[in-house]
Amino acid sequence: MNLLHIAWRNMQQRGFATILTVFSMALGVALVVLVLSISWTITESFDRNSNVGYNLIVGARGGSLQLVLNSVFYLSKPIEVLPYDDYLEFLPGDQRAKEIKRIGGRIAEPERQGSYGVFTQGGFAIPICLGDYYGPFRVVGTTPDFFNKLRYGKMNDLEYQFAEGRNFVTDSPENGFFEAVLGSQVATTMNVKVGDKIQTTHGDPEGAGHGEAFTVVGVLAPTGTPNDRAAFINIEGFYLMDNHARAFVDPSHPDELKVDVAREGQTSRDPLPLEKRDVVAVLVKPGNPLFAIQIERPVNKTMRMQAVSPIAEVSNMLEMFVGPVKNALLGLTIVVCVVSGISILVSIYNSMSDRRRDIAVMRALGARRDIVLFVVLLESLLIAILGGMLGWFAGHAVGVACADMVEERTGLQIGFFNTITAYELTLIPGLVVLATLAGIIPALVAYRTDVSKNLGA
Amino acid sequence: MLQIKELKKSFKLPDGQRLPVLDVEQFTIGDAEQMVLIGESGGGKTTLLHCIAGIMTPDSGRIELDNIDLLKLSEAGRDRVRAAKIGYVFQTFNLLPGFTALENVRLGMTFSNRKPDPQRAVDLLRRVGLGERLHHKPAALSVGQQQRVAVARALANRPTLLLADEPTANIDPTNQQMIIDLIRDSCAEERIALLIVTHSMSIAEQFTRVDRLEELNRVHAGSKK
Repeated sequence: MNLLHIAWRNMQQRGFATILTVFSMALGVALVVLVLSISWTITESFDRNSNVGYNLIVGARGGSLQLVLNSVFYLSKPIEVLPYDDYLEFLPGDQRAKEIKRIGGRIAEPERQGSYGVFTQGGFAIPICLGDYYGPFRVVGTTPDFFNKLRYGKMNDLEYQFAEGRNFVTDSPENGFFEAVLGSQVATTMNVKVGDKIQTTHGDPEGAGHGEAFTVVGVLAPTGTPNDRAAFINIEGFYLMDNHARAFVDPSHPDELKVDVAREGQTSRDPLPLEKRDVVAVLVKPGNPLFAIQIERPVNKTMRMQAVSPIAEVSNMLEMFVGPVKNALLGLTIVVCVVSGISILVSIYNSMSDRRRDIAVMRALGARRDIVLFVVLLESLLIAILGGMLGWFAGHAVGVACADMVEERTGLQIGFFNTITAYELTLIPGLVVLATLAGIIPALVAYRTDVSKNLGA
Repeated sequence: MLQIKELKKSFKLPDGQRLPVLDVEQFTIGDAEQMVLIGESGGGKTTLLHCIAGIMTPDSGRIELDNIDLLKLSEAGRDRVRAAKIGYVFQTFNLLPGFTALENVRLGMTFSNRKPDPQRAVDLLRRVGLGERLHHKPAALSVGQQQRVAVARALANRPTLLLADEPTANIDPTNQQMIIDLIRDSCAEERIALLIVTHSMSIAEQFTRVDRLEELNRVHAGSKK
């Protein structure tokens, strides 16, 4: 019979107390594992989404974090907008001129290249417009380049795939400007498929619906990014919806701000003129990453624009908000583990008065003092390891049980093993240390047991 | 095989004075010898056995077991000698309640350096008539059966000396003789020296060598005078 067997039998003898102590330890470890899993989920989610496939977001002056939250995560309150001609400044070569010619409208120096176009040559600048909702999901008005040129994933090497249908086009023969692509969760939640028509609401999920309907031409395959939870519509169609045209000043009547007549004379077959357009943000990828700074500096010197790096902003946000919360939660759960350790101590220590005779018998059978000490430490260790394993499984099982909810909200797929973090490797030595500390006092009581006094006759 | 010389043991009283309990000039047991030591309650019988087993340290004297001077050994050394050479049967059996009969016997083999012999534990329990009760815990055994398990445990490690402290005191008369016979026969079969301490004359009468602790222990003899 080995010492492990003796320790196991001793634990069995105190069955109920042992189960309670194991459960207490399991609870502590499960909390640690849960906190680590949640922290992993948050970090992974932000990491994935901060690798957005572009280097800069250009938007109206204001909070840089709010710009990122709006443009990358489709969160937070709507922000100020920029006139469309600011977006055109980021178009390289003759693209600005072509775009002006295609759209039409009043603009100064229509033939020149965009001010920052030299830096975006070989890269891209994609405009986005926000403000509408489809059910609870944000609507993003953008160009087909959003899915043609952007890449996603940790290495920014994944092309957007369509589970169903295709990307929308600027002007399709059958649907004109009114085509839409849905993120995977939007299609599932709203039970919409390719060919269906959707209507968006203005300003908030319960807001008034626009009259114009968009035909769904594609459903994205799941990406694990916020794009799974957004509905993308052709920016040309977006502009043509009620209240989406920009109020402007007609040079022929400079004292009159034309709000109500913004779409005057407009048909659904003509693009909204330039002066009536605005954008929430421009997603910019320079031809060379080194050019990012060449864009960022001058843009940030302008009166109405700001350029922010989404990766830096997300990383700052993680450091500012997520890091301290994670540390606080970890601290709390470690306290729970220490309390569990104390419960091991109390449980074994309380049993010592009943077990003095058993210890004396073992000593009378030839067990040395260090052996009885070791047996008690083994009990403590077994309780901690059993509780630790149970808690580890329980913690990850809770994660798996919440997988659907997490995927729905973050796009992350949670499995039993993919949330395991390096921190969890410290659980084993941590539990051994905790168990040793918890077991040492009762073990010393066992060590000091007077055989002759406790043996009886 | 066992030689005791000038063994003295006293206990410290709450007032700081010492109460002498044992003062044995000389006491020996030969190889495979079986003997009874009789004495009144409180006469120091258990103290003597604890000193021989190395559970208690005497104030002075010499205890040699198989030519090993126990008092020159460290406590761990005495533990090792006890595990290897001494079997102990207690008045209150002292079986571990959480362990089965078989595990209690195997526990007797766990702490010596000898290679454990699981089959011997089974054989011993069969020998004491508990072959069908191997996996029963003490609470599921009768008092007589518990003492038989205790005897099997004491024999488990092939000791050279078996100490039995009032082994039949808590057992009904029917089982008393059976336990004594079991101990004597087992010790004779395995050539184990046997020292039984008891106050039962009926047990003492069965042995050829019977020593009286009152005569052996000078503390007691002094008080008689």
